[in-house]
Amino acid sequence: MNELHFAWIEFAILLPLFGALLVSRLKNPGTRQTAALLVGALTLVAALGDFEDFYMLHIHQAASDRWRLMTRIFGRELFVVDELSAPLVPLVALLYLLTNLATLRTKLPRVSFGRLLLSESLTIALFSSVDPWMIIALMSAGALLPYLELRSRNQPTGVYVLHMGAFVALMVLGWSLLDGKPPGSQPLIGLIPLMLGIAIRCGVFPFHLWISDLFENSSFATSLLTCTPLAGAYALVRLVIPTASHDLLAVLRIVAVFTAIYSSGMAMVQRDVRRFIACLFTSHSSLVLAGLALATPHSTTGALCLWFSIILATGGFGLTLRSLEARYGRLQLTKYLGLYVQSPALAICFVITGLASVGFPGTLGFIATDLLVDGAISANPIIGALVAVVEALNGIAMLRAYFLLFTGTRHMSTVSLQVRPRERLAVLTLAALILGGGIYPQPGVVSRHDAADVILSEREKNVGPDPRESTPEAEVGAAERTRTSPQSASASAADRR
Amino acid sequence: MTAFTILGLIVVAAPALLVAILGLSSLFSRPLSERRTSVVVKSAMFTGLIASISILALMLIKNERRVPIELGHWVVLHDHDEATEPVDPRREAPHNTHTPPAHPAHPLYHFSFKFEFDRLSVPFVILTFVLCGTIGAFADKYMHREAGFNRFFVLYAIFVMGMVVTSVAGTIETMFTGWELVGLSSTLLVAFFQERPNPCRNGLRVWVVYRLSDAGLLSAAILLHHVVGEGDFDRLMGAGAWPEGVAALTSGQALTVGLLLLFAVAGKSALVPFSGWLPRAMEGPTPSSAIFYGALSVHLGAFLLLRVSPILALSPVLAAVVVLLGLATAVFATFAVGVQTDIKSALSFASLTQVGFIVAEIGFFTWIGPRTGMPWLLYFPLIHILGHGCLRTLQFLRAPTLLHDYRVLENAFGGSLTIVPPSADDRAARPGMVRLYRLAMNRGNLDAILVRYLVDPVLAVFRSIDRFERRWISRLNGKPSEFE
Repeated sequence: MNELHFAWIEFAILLPLFGALLVSRLKNPGTRQTAALLVGALTLVAALGDFEDFYMLHIHQAASDRWRLMTRIFGRELFVVDELSAPLVPLVALLYLLTNLATLRTKLPRVSFGRLLLSESLTIALFSSVDPWMIIALMSAGALLPYLELRSRNQPTGVYVLHMGAFVALMVLGWSLLDGKPPGSQPLIGLIPLMLGIAIRCGVFPFHLWISDLFENSSFATSLLTCTPLAGAYALVRLVIPTASHDLLAVLRIVAVFTAIYSSGMAMVQRDVRRFIACLFTSHSSLVLAGLALATPHSTTGALCLWFSIILATGGFGLTLRSLEARYGRLQLTKYLGLYVQSPALAICFVITGLASVGFPGTLGFIATDLLVDGAISANPIIGALVAVVEALNGIAMLRAYFLLFTGTRHMSTVSLQVRPRERLAVLTLAALILGGGIYPQPGVVSRHDAADVILSEREKNVGPDPRESTPEAEVGAAERTRTSPQSASASAADRR
Repeated sequence: MTAFTILGLIVVAAPALLVAILGLSSLFSRPLSERRTSVVVKSAMFTGLIASISILALMLIKNERRVPIELGHWVVLHDHDEATEPVDPRREAPHNTHTPPAHPAHPLYHFSFKFEFDRLSVPFVILTFVLCGTIGAFADKYMHREAGFNRFFVLYAIFVMGMVVTSVAGTIETMFTGWELVGLSSTLLVAFFQERPNPCRNGLRVWVVYRLSDAGLLSAAILLHHVVGEGDFDRLMGAGAWPEGVAALTSGQALTVGLLLLFAVAGKSALVPFSGWLPRAMEGPTPSSAIFYGALSVHLGAFLLLRVSPILALSPVLAAVVVLLGLATAVFATFAVGVQTDIKSALSFASLTQVGFIVAEIGFFTWIGPRTGMPWLLYFPLIHILGHGCLRTLQFLRAPTLLHDYRVLENAFGGSLTIVPPSADDRAARPGMVRLYRLAMNRGNLDAILVRYLVDPVLAVFRSIDRFERRWISRLNGKPSEFE
């Protein structure tokens, strides 16, 4: 295994962990926030160092730190970065930092910065883990934190406990049955519970209720940070994709596409902003799952790009809504609220992040959606068309919410409700990344393509090539294309996008 | 870099720069003053216009009929297995992540920004700059001291950029990019007077139609890629310059792709049955109504049909559908225009009548042209678009001063120009006419039919599911949500 120049990963994990201990001992809410911001900033620096170090090494395989701190302590290398996780780690660190940054003073007494830092540590640790038991343990621990918050806020926990309990049980059961089996011959009886567990964590239909329940009952920050990084997709890539049979993935992609359509339809009729964003998020995350389950170079690259885009876009979208809620209380989508006049900057941020989340041109999500649709259509044209419909419906839902929240009337207020500099900085940072990534997407897409290549190579080694690629129908289709257009078909075979 | 490339880049860069200047200043809450906005808008429009006219002049001088300008790949992915770069033995990976192979055999995926200047795009882009420049100058005065002055011009800039990109797009993906920008800016301008609910409702209606038609265009684009392997118009339409290209598709493929494109066209150009959004879009300020629905945006669908005319030519069924849809729209708009009670709605339906005829002309001439050796017949609908666009812009811009103009005319004629309405006896004698009148007032009930039989059932299903989900969550949680 390659070695990084410095123990960046460990620092990125341990800093927020110890920071959580430190912050929870502080009394003053303002000091807690300042300390959390400092720890978050340092964590981001470490995560960026990790990212830079990884790419400086010119590798696209796993790399660990050269001091092997964890090996000395635990006897094995626990945390490594690879092509998949290298950009995800700083992105997660950034999201946590911006969430802390955008927290208004009025909310400080209710926000547990210690818990947020602990959650950050667990998420970064998860994204730099490749060991299955470690992944399962970290995801289980991560699932515990929202539960504690729900309890502390006296909110109902039934839906959450039911889903997360099932998730943990299925993951443990699944991997217990698979542990020790060679990658190519893992039994279906182990893969099925594993995939069911991941489906629950990702909110795939009919296991999606916990996401809207969490958004509705926990704080905006917690629900956003629990869902947005797509921990379930990470587990899918690490545990299922490398070994699952083609048939199993076929089932997953059908269910995922159905969930995407279902959730986009549900987003159009929501009356509560929190449930609306939950539906929008579920729709997008399902598209990521569908792209991963298609397991073609295009679709996997598209799914990984979309994953990246979701973290930024849904993160920014959520932070904008959180800022609105901090000013106007719980927002309903039942009548026009006319908030534009009071908060024009938030309206602009809402549109930018919302458009990015639906793959609008000029934003990061555009090329991701194009790649995904392209990959989907080469596997199955109907799935490709359905993905296009999903994006259309999500776009409708997004602008409906915009009109209801920001227009239609004039919100009167005796005090200024303009966006604060910290909030502006947080949302503009995400907007800049969204637009910057949309205008110059090549480096990001190449990085995700390399990650897709690693994932699919491993899969092909274990499971073999997809029989769809050599079916008689596919050959007939190729021959048909050749007959249709001799000029373009030569390019078609090569350039097939 | 040739003169064509430089001029082509200026054509695209002028509106892009306008968006960047106006958009970024707004994003950072530092909007430009009215005077500066005016200067920037006029400069951008003038520069773009001069560059596009120069391209036309150069094309005429050099007798070039098609000038493709490739900006290279915006995104390109190479298949690692086909990389030809020698592998560095010191590296463990096949190649360096940051430096992809210099000469891979074939790109696995590419998204190119390619612009095409030909006899279709150059007139259309010139029309865009002329009309947008005129509207910009008009709006500068019309929107003076309006609270949303800056917002109007940001959306105006996005619209111009979308129109220019769509006009000169050399690939269907590039066209889709511009198409989406036009849709977004149009929607937000319909809802420009955003402190009233009606403009917002109407804006949402427009957006719904646009998004669904966008899905049609995206699906068509993807299907074209799937079938042909390319989205470049020059590859798709063969070697001949417009209007003489021959599409590399079978009749069946042309029909499928064409129907999807026609769906997109129907949404964008308000053809039947999507005509209902057009009068709703008149909620926006007059300059945007003129630019979008009188002159440019409403013709965008017809432009797309002209661009893909070689596909229409392959399928007689498709050409017939296009003709019928165009004629149906023209008949419907003629039917509705007579009873409109406000000038902007009347003008919008008058505009739609002509758009219907233009679409029918395209369907007819794409079928007749290649078979009679007269592909140049397609210039007729193009000329129709150009003339109609200019006329409607003038009419829309004069609409706010209609009463004044009317008075001037009356003074000139020396008498009243008022038409005597039919008497009660006349109406009683023709009861069927009253029913027709009501039907025309309700715009053929097209909107109501779509809403009742398409939108409402879908929303009702999802609302029922939502209620069910809420009940189920409450049951699992043991208590209803306090936020219900």
